[in-house]
Amino acid sequence: MSPTATRASDYQAQFEAFESGLSLNGSGWLHQHRKAALARFQELGFPTARRGNEAWKYTNVAPIARGAFTSAANGQEPSVTPADVRRLAPDARGWTRLVFVDGRFAGSLSSPPRNDGVRVANLAEAAATDRDLVERHLTRYAGYDDEAFTALNTAFLRDGAFIGLERGQTIDDAVHLVFVATGREATAANPRVLIVAREESRATIVESYVSLGDAARFTNAVTEIALEPGATVDHYRLALESPATYHVGLTRASLGRDATLTSASITLGAALVRHDLGVSLDGPGASCRLNGLYATRDRQHVDNHTFIDHASPHTTSRQYYKGVVDGESRAVFSGRVLVRPGAQHADAQQANRNLVLSQGAEVDTKPSLEIFADDVRCSHGATAGHLDEDAVFYLRSRGLDEDMARGVLVRGFVQEIIDTIGLNAVRAFTTRLFAASLAGA
Amino acid sequence: MLEIRNLHVAIGGTEILKGVDLTVNAGEVHAIMGPNGSGKSTLTNVLAGNPAYQVTAGEVRYQGADLLAMPPEIRAREGLFLAFQYPVELPGVRNREFLRTAVNAIRQHRSLDPMELKDFNKLLQEKIKLMKMDSSLVKRSVNEGFSGGEKKRNEMLQMAVLEPRLALLDETDSGLDIDALKTVAEGVNQLKRPDNAIVIVTHYQRMLNYIIPDFVHVLIDGRIVRSGGRELALELESQGYEGIRGDVAATAGAEAGG
Repeated sequence: MSPTATRASDYQAQFEAFESGLSLNGSGWLHQHRKAALARFQELGFPTARRGNEAWKYTNVAPIARGAFTSAANGQEPSVTPADVRRLAPDARGWTRLVFVDGRFAGSLSSPPRNDGVRVANLAEAAATDRDLVERHLTRYAGYDDEAFTALNTAFLRDGAFIGLERGQTIDDAVHLVFVATGREATAANPRVLIVAREESRATIVESYVSLGDAARFTNAVTEIALEPGATVDHYRLALESPATYHVGLTRASLGRDATLTSASITLGAALVRHDLGVSLDGPGASCRLNGLYATRDRQHVDNHTFIDHASPHTTSRQYYKGVVDGESRAVFSGRVLVRPGAQHADAQQANRNLVLSQGAEVDTKPSLEIFADDVRCSHGATAGHLDEDAVFYLRSRGLDEDMARGVLVRGFVQEIIDTIGLNAVRAFTTRLFAASLAGA
Repeated sequence: MLEIRNLHVAIGGTEILKGVDLTVNAGEVHAIMGPNGSGKSTLTNVLAGNPAYQVTAGEVRYQGADLLAMPPEIRAREGLFLAFQYPVELPGVRNREFLRTAVNAIRQHRSLDPMELKDFNKLLQEKIKLMKMDSSLVKRSVNEGFSGGEKKRNEMLQMAVLEPRLALLDETDSGLDIDALKTVAEGVNQLKRPDNAIVIVTHYQRMLNYIIPDFVHVLIDGRIVRSGGRELALELESQGYEGIRGDVAATAGAEAGG
């Protein structure tokens, strides 16, 4: 048996301690999920880059397996202040905020629960208070049969965010979910998010993953998004943790007829970030636009996997991921688009562009289209290139020195994605963050 | 202002300029004309400091200093400006912010404080009007998706804003229709001052109907083979470069024979 599989079995004792601290009051069904998910995780073990395991070919999670990360102990008061939250993540007046510290819900830092046609609450509470809805949707989109990290997340599922939008409800101000990792070494967090948008509802949701301090951390996040017919969700995911953090995230969305999902996945800072984004266009007319932006340096590793399932006719997908890769870092993009038989008039475009700033950096980009319908429009493209020296000279000929010229061009490269961010506070925050990070580029 | 002595330039091992001599004084307008491949763009690129070109011999003095020893940005900050034949597209780099960065880099070199935003905006508006440019272009990424004519006008806008001492216009007339050419020429004429100089590089003489040169030089095969006044441009128009080339060959043959 491989060493990582042994580690997976070590989670038994941790699980028992975790479960013993929970009240099963009204959520026995959840206990069954946890137990089954733990068993499945122990069978699967942490993924390895073994032959045939394409999904993990470029990303080595051995440091996570070796790290023996454990969930934060119960009942500790968060050492995070409201000012920390405002400094670490975007913020704007009117936003509804839920804050989680080391995976645990921090009520004192959060807005009061909402129940005005829009339900925003800690998932641990919603599992009891909104049991029908939560039970119907939770684990339905992000199953734990095949994904080891999702199984692990589900085994330790407790706190998280539940956002439920009633039919026809529109909220103008964003709902902001802030996941703060604090300074304790080798702590794991398994936050879970469930978003259920009923027919014709509309919302903007921001997930921010941030760190206080530089301790080695493991975040294993899972988000499920269900959009009923005509629903519209703008979803922002900012993975901005410290350079010692390992972050694995999985987002799954299911879109009904004429539903629209816009997603921006922004990644900066952590040692390793792996984000799996799967969107299933289940109803006719469903459409999604997925944008991504990352910048890596030193020995950082960023891996974006996307999967778009055109399961219905007249479905549309647009994907545009861009990254700046420097130092000895590595960026991976794997984008799979599947057009199922019968999904006529599917329209899919996918592009991944990388700007490589150093000799030691590496880009592995793999767009793929699998088309089983005959009347479709699909295109994809991937590039990895260096700065255009003609452009550098052009800027220098206008008085900018070489460093300024390169900085201007790198910031220009990321600007295209930043410009797609519709939410002002997130756009401004991202602009500042990347300007600071790329200043020396 | 500019003295070029015996300039030899190669690109990728091939010699393009084979001993160019040229003197430009403040207040003068020079035109350098020549057929395709004669080395016109090589000359302007070398003067602007394009690192893709290697100077193999010769010397260039600019305002008394060794121009070839200066990095491109120092040349720019010292007042040299090249309007590119093929302006580069800079996706994501806003035209207005780019120009402001350039203005302030030049000001800093001259120990001036950065220009206040409202002063800069006023200056920009004034120059946009001068070049009769579509003002929405300054909000867009530099040259991205611009038509050929818009790119050339954008070069002229940059020139107007940066107010160079020595402006090199590389085939600025190509890609411009006659109305745009007139507008650009009017703009250039308004920038003419006794203390600056303009060098126009062109294949055709039509731009010289609107910007009257004091001197015309013919560049063929990496050398200036004839210099004269404005009438030389008209002679070129009637005879073509072949005529001049024939004259030069005949002269060279006579010299070799004598």
